[in-house]
Amino acid sequence: MTATTIDTAARREKSRWAGFGLSERQAWSLLFVAPYVAIFIGFVLFPVGYSFWLARSPHLYVELASDPIFLRTVINTFVFLVVAINVKMALALFLSGFFVQKRWWVKVLAVLFVLPWAVPSIPTILSVRFMLNPEWGVINQLIFAFTAEDGPNWLNDPALALSLSMLVHIWKSLPFWTLILLAGRLAIPGELYEAASVDGAGAWHRFRYITWPSMSTLYVTCTLLSMIFTVGDFNSVYLLTGGGPADLTHVLATLGIRYLRLDQVGLAMASIVCALPLILPLVYFMMRRLSR
Amino acid sequence: MSPRRVLRNIGFESGLLLIGIPVLLWTLIPIYHMFLFAISPKDAAFSGQLWPTNPTLRNFETVLGQKHHFLNHFWLQMLNSVVISLGTAAITLFVATAAAFAISRLRMKGGRLVMNLALLTYFIPAAFLAVPMYKTMGMYGLLNNDWALVLAMATIASPYAIWILRQASDKLPVELDEAAMIDGASPFQLFRLIYLPLMVPSLIAVGTYALLLAWNEYLYAFLLLSKNTAITLPVALGNFLSADDSPWELLMTAGFLYALPPAAIYYAFRRYMSSGLTAGAVKG
Repeated sequence: MTATTIDTAARREKSRWAGFGLSERQAWSLLFVAPYVAIFIGFVLFPVGYSFWLARSPHLYVELASDPIFLRTVINTFVFLVVAINVKMALALFLSGFFVQKRWWVKVLAVLFVLPWAVPSIPTILSVRFMLNPEWGVINQLIFAFTAEDGPNWLNDPALALSLSMLVHIWKSLPFWTLILLAGRLAIPGELYEAASVDGAGAWHRFRYITWPSMSTLYVTCTLLSMIFTVGDFNSVYLLTGGGPADLTHVLATLGIRYLRLDQVGLAMASIVCALPLILPLVYFMMRRLSR
Repeated sequence: MSPRRVLRNIGFESGLLLIGIPVLLWTLIPIYHMFLFAISPKDAAFSGQLWPTNPTLRNFETVLGQKHHFLNHFWLQMLNSVVISLGTAAITLFVATAAAFAISRLRMKGGRLVMNLALLTYFIPAAFLAVPMYKTMGMYGLLNNDWALVLAMATIASPYAIWILRQASDKLPVELDEAAMIDGASPFQLFRLIYLPLMVPSLIAVGTYALLLAWNEYLYAFLLLSKNTAITLPVALGNFLSADDSPWELLMTAGFLYALPPAAIYYAFRRYMSSGLTAGAVKG
């Protein structure tokens, strides 16, 4: 049976292109793909290859390891990934269950909810940054008005500043992942829930035995994809804390740029090479999922 | 309905409200704060009022009239942003449409490899590619040139664009191509007369994606462009931070103006965006 299928497929393929012969089709396809290949070679392959070459010296890694900021950065990146992404995805899963409800005001809210994602990061993150200003920011002014005491110096405490960067990151990208998970929820056939209701299943059981099994693959894919994106998230940290105080809130995304601006390209690349063991398994996994 | 059922419904509805109200506040506070600054005189903005006693449009006048030294080139920088975004969208569309056509419709040999390389590029975190990109643009002599940013953004936008377009293109029936070829159409005619017209919704989605990506980009813009007359708006906004006594009310006003076009474009093309872009992600 397989042999005949292949045979028909092959014949069909052949007849499809009989018009202008195989080589002509290949020539055209090369022509069409050429612009992308040129961009890929010029702006991905060459830069990446060149940078690996710049980062080839073992000395760089010794120097990097002896930089206390680097160790701190690795820890920060790890905390950022584990905490921010899991909180964000759990919230997105929860909120997708909220936005699936059919109410007119939920629909209106869904439209507004996308704003953080639709609006550029710079003005909104800077807006948050000023809200957190210890003297003039609205948050500390409100704290003072209610308690007659000075609020904390938010961005001057490394732990607090990093947590706030995570919060900004969540604020910015929560809508996107909520929408994706919402699309996943909408794809679950409604009959499943009706049948479960007839059987008297409560909300928790409906989630546990219907929603979660149909969405777990999507949820895991989204989490991994979000990890890859978040490793490259420069804005949430840089625009809020600038890596400060005392370079204690850097993540790998901002550290590379910091070295670059100090004209230490070798170190910048070495710090990125050090992130590869973290990234490559994720990328491998995502490639297997998506390139079908 | 039994009283118990009514009670349970009330409980559920108020539960929804208890989620909805915090979600609304969480979403809008930073944006409202930005808007508040834009319509407040400086002293009111800094005094922590939740609504200014005398709302004013003075800040907008200052920004649009370029009447502050931080904003001397506001309109030029806005124009740079527009040109770079449109350029990115055009190049991304050109490159990705052609590549997806070769891979999906012409069944190119090695098409799978090209697709995988593109996907691999998509998975390089943007901040990591920035360092190599900066060095290379320097070698090409493109620093401080609009083209540097346009090409960098097209490089970043193309992989996802190709992926989305290939998926959309795979859904078009093969019989269309077959019929056209029986009538003697060349591959280029297939591209122009069959493929392009049928792909319009996906092309709009991809074009919007590239446009917004370039408009919103900060990191690459501030690395690749530095002259005051060459930078885009986000870089100009970032430069406000270099001074201690920055006019934050003007920063927020300019930021508000800068945030309007992408929000408007997003909502205008939301239909295409959500069907085109989320479909790709959900499939995974």
